[in-house]
Order: sequence, then structure tokens, then C-alpha cells
Amino acid sequence: MSANLKVRIGKLELANPVMVASGTFGYAEEFTELLDLRKIGAIVSKTITLAGREGNPMPRTCETPCGMLNSIGLENPGIERFLEQKLSYLASLGSPIIVSVASENDPGEFAAMVKRLEKDSRVMAIELNISCPNIKRARGKGQGSGLIAQDPKATYSLVKSCRRFTRKTLITKLSPNVTCISEIALAAQAAGSDAVSLVNTFSGMSIDVQAKRPKIACVVGGLSGPAIRPIALRMVWEVFQKIRIPIIGMGGIMDVQSALEFFLAGSSAISVGTANFVNPRVSLEIVRGIRDYLDKNKIKDIRSIVGALKL
Amino acid sequence: MSRVFQERLKVIACTKLSESYFRITFASRRIPAHALGGQFVQVKVSDSAQPLLRRPFGVHRVGKNTFDCLCEIVGEATRILSEKKPGDFVDVIGPLGNGFDYGPRTKDQGPRILVAGGMGVAPLFFLAEKIAERRTPNAERKIIVFIGAKSKKDLLCEKDFKQLGCEVKVATDDGSKGLRGRVTDLLEQYLRRTPNAERRSRIYACGPKPMLKQVSLLSKHYNLPAQISLEEHMACGIGACLGCVVKVRAQNASRRTPFAYKRVCKDGPVFSASEIIW
Repeated sequence: MSANLKVRIGKLELANPVMVASGTFGYAEEFTELLDLRKIGAIVSKTITLAGREGNPMPRTCETPCGMLNSIGLENPGIERFLEQKLSYLASLGSPIIVSVASENDPGEFAAMVKRLEKDSRVMAIELNISCPNIKRARGKGQGSGLIAQDPKATYSLVKSCRRFTRKTLITKLSPNVTCISEIALAAQAAGSDAVSLVNTFSGMSIDVQAKRPKIACVVGGLSGPAIRPIALRMVWEVFQKIRIPIIGMGGIMDVQSALEFFLAGSSAISVGTANFVNPRVSLEIVRGIRDYLDKNKIKDIRSIVGALKL
Repeated sequence: MSRVFQERLKVIACTKLSESYFRITFASRRIPAHALGGQFVQVKVSDSAQPLLRRPFGVHRVGKNTFDCLCEIVGEATRILSEKKPGDFVDVIGPLGNGFDYGPRTKDQGPRILVAGGMGVAPLFFLAEKIAERRTPNAERKIIVFIGAKSKKDLLCEKDFKQLGCEVKVATDDGSKGLRGRVTDLLEQYLRRTPNAERRSRIYACGPKPMLKQVSLLSKHYNLPAQISLEEHMACGIGACLGCVVKVRAQNASRRTPFAYKRVCKDGPVFSASEIIW
């Protein structure tokens, strides 16, 4: 008798609670030969914007201690070409498809994209990426000013304006680059978000001391990987105390052990990000590992370990 | 389209060639059977989170159920890989990328010109093997290899190319072997002196960016097609993260989009020299 791994995020029912995070799994086609894509709990697309973006200058990534920095700059073909060229393959896989959307500085663009996606039955849910640290930032300016996810009022009004246009599951992706993340999560919940996903990457930088140059062209990028895991986990735990809607937890999950930490801290589902680059089949290894853990500990349902941290 | 595999491979041999260079041989049935000249593999050098990402290495040589990578020790990851022992297991994904176009088998194509700078010899040796394999009695094609290295002690594969029947010309920065100067100086000398009719050939190049840029200029000037293989830091290596892009001429260039980005790992690493914007 195998444990139940099904979870519900808003209207979305997932066969298992392991998703792949936006920006780390392309449009899934890149991974076709490397794992059985049908078995992933849900696939979150690379973030799409209304018009296409060519992305940031090179170098865009560098490795850091137990992590990596990236500043890709949301390179994507734009929503129409995404729907024409990328979505049909994604939708053919059978895993629920969550489309991630963003805009540089225009809440109206978010709403326009949500409206467009609402009409497409292949899209199962929408993730509002209000926390990408790599757009709207000129070279040398350092920390980007004013992510939507850094302001509870802006978060509330953005989510509210999108909520109006969709009955699909709406997920709000939060930034860790804030003083109090639960305040932002509460704003998203109040505005009608069905779930929150946290965390996006941490602002960070790295310097080549010989050249005296930043290792990525945009100077500051987003830090991900196991280096951020303890902070991400703490944020999930903090948010879990404050909100009712489900949390999709992420931040440096590399294996089943680290995935379980996020469930115990309060995540209803987890997302694998940077680890997809290191081991493309890690998401399915984690699904297997969760099943083994539950069976071994005679736990019948994944939902019973969500937030089950003993104090 | 070639196939891609993720495999835990046994190390057959790991040989230090000098202070800075080593050759590692992996046992694999599928990767050598599918690899094309110019393709690469993504190697996870340890099971720990440090170093975190895989490292890309060109396929250097294939045997029956084995393949080699030829590597330079440049940092922590390559040092760890250099210390592998026979019997160790390493997680490898490959073969990746597009690989070189070997060109038609017909006789009138003239010599193939290979230009290698530094570690560029690694994938070009495999390419030379592939081109040599395609020789037939009525298409005895000449392969001329230009190798550039910092100094004599950094010169790799000279003998191996000769054993394949290639003509080898060497340039070193310090003049300790061959011409003192850049490998592209050698190439230019050759192109200038060789009559047009004999020059009907193709150039294949791999090495540092400035060298590849110079090869591109020469290929344009002498009107020879050139394929160049780019080296870039990579995160995923399979085209998902968009972390290793290169500027190329846009197909429908406009003022708003004068260029496009292509992924070095997936759309490359081999590009036509004429499409790159340097």
C-alpha cells in the first residue's frame, strides 16, 4: 500500500507534489530525452512577457559557493509565439502546465497576459512572477528598485487586477529580498491568490578580482542553489504561520532530504530549480524518495507532513 | 538529431600529461556510438554541492565502448576530475550540442583545414578522426592542422594528428616550438601562399575567442567557409537556462532587433563563422 502523494493547489490537482521551477526547465522540450516528463507533478514554464525579450548581455551566469548567480533577463519569445510554438508540446505531456508571466514595469501587461491565458484550455494555472530580480536594472545601478513583490500594496493591487480576469489557479511568486515576507504573502492572499510560491532568487554578486570586473554583466544577479536553502526554508516557515493558502516551497532543493525539509516547514508542494541543471532527473528521484520516506515511516498521506515540524 | 544520455560512467584511466593537462577515459557504450565531432559532454565532477554545476568537455577521442576527454586544470572542478582513479564513477550527460558538418565525401573539395588554439585541439582531434574515417581510395583528402599553444610544454596532440596522416603546423607564443606568434599568423601565411585552386577547402576552428574572430576575418577575406566551435561557461548545457548565449545576425534584422541570441550549448557549440557578431 503506497502513500497518497496527491495534493491540491487551488483548483489544480497534482498527482505528486514535486514541480519544476520557472526558468530552470525551459519549455520542457530540452529535457525530453533525459526523464519521463509525464511523471512530474507540474511543470512551470520559463517566464513569458507580453512582447518578446532578447535578455541580458553575457556573461549571464556564474558559479558561487554551493550556488550560482544568474541574470538571464527573462529572454523569451513573447506570449503569442509561446502559445503558438511552445505550449502545444508542453500540454501534450500530460503533466499540469503552469505558465509563469512577468512584466518589466506595467501591471496592465500582467492583466493582459492573464486574460489571454484564461482563454487557453491547455493552461492549468498561472504564476505571477512579480519577483524577478533581473529586469529593469541598468548596468552598475546595483539592487533593482521597486520589485512589485517588495511592496505589499503593489502586490495586492497587481494580484487583484489579475484575479479579476481568471478562474484558473493563480499563484504569486514571492521575492526573498524583503524585510518581512509574510506581509507580502498576506497581501497576495487577501487579493485572491490561490497559492504563493517562495522563494525567487536572492540578489547577489561576485567579482573576478584579477579583472576587477563583475562575474555577470549586469553586476547583480539572482543567487540560487543549496547556498540559499536555510534562508528559503526559514521564509517558508514564517509564511506558513501567517497564511491559509498553500505554499509551493523552493530554494536550493537538491534531493529528497531537502525536499522533505520544505514540507515539514509548511510547503504543500515543492519546486526543484537549480538542481535541474545539475541532475535533470532529480525531480523524479525526489518523488520516489518521498514515497519511500512515507512508506518507511508508515505515513499514509503526504499532506500529513505539511507543516508537521515538531517544536 | 543525435540522442542524449545521462549515465554514471566508470573511469577507465586518468592520465596526467603534464602539470596542467590530463586525459580521462570513460567506459560507455552509448555516448561513443552516438557522438559527432565537435559535440561535448557535461560532467559532474563530484557528488557534493561544491562545485555545484557540471563542466562541459569536448569529446576528444572515441574507442570501442570508451571515450576520452582532454582537459586543462583551470580550477577546483578540473582539479577534482584530474584526481579520478580507474574504477571511480562519474555522472556524465552527452553527447550534447550540434557538432561539425563534415562536408561532402566527394574528391574535389580540397584539403580540410583545422585550426586549434590551446584546448581547441581536444574536439578537433575527434573531428580529424571522423574526417579521416570518411576517406576512400578515390577521395584521399588532405587534413592540415594548425596548432597554437602558449609554449612547447602546452602543445598537445601533435603526434596524434601526425599518426592520423595530418599535416601539422605549429605556432607558440614564446617561439619554443614552430613559428613564434599566433596560430592565425600561420594560417594567413598558408592561405596567402596557396594558389586559389588548391584552397577550395573548409576551415574548422576551436580555441579562444580572439583567435576565432581572426579565423572568421580570414575566412571572409579568402572566401572559404569556416565552422567555429565556441567555448562558454554553462549552467545546464542542454538549452534550458539560456545562460550561454552568443550574438548572431538576426534572420530578419531590423533596427529594433539588429541581432539575435543563440544558445552555445544547444544551437552550437559549432557556428558558421559568418553568422557570429563579434
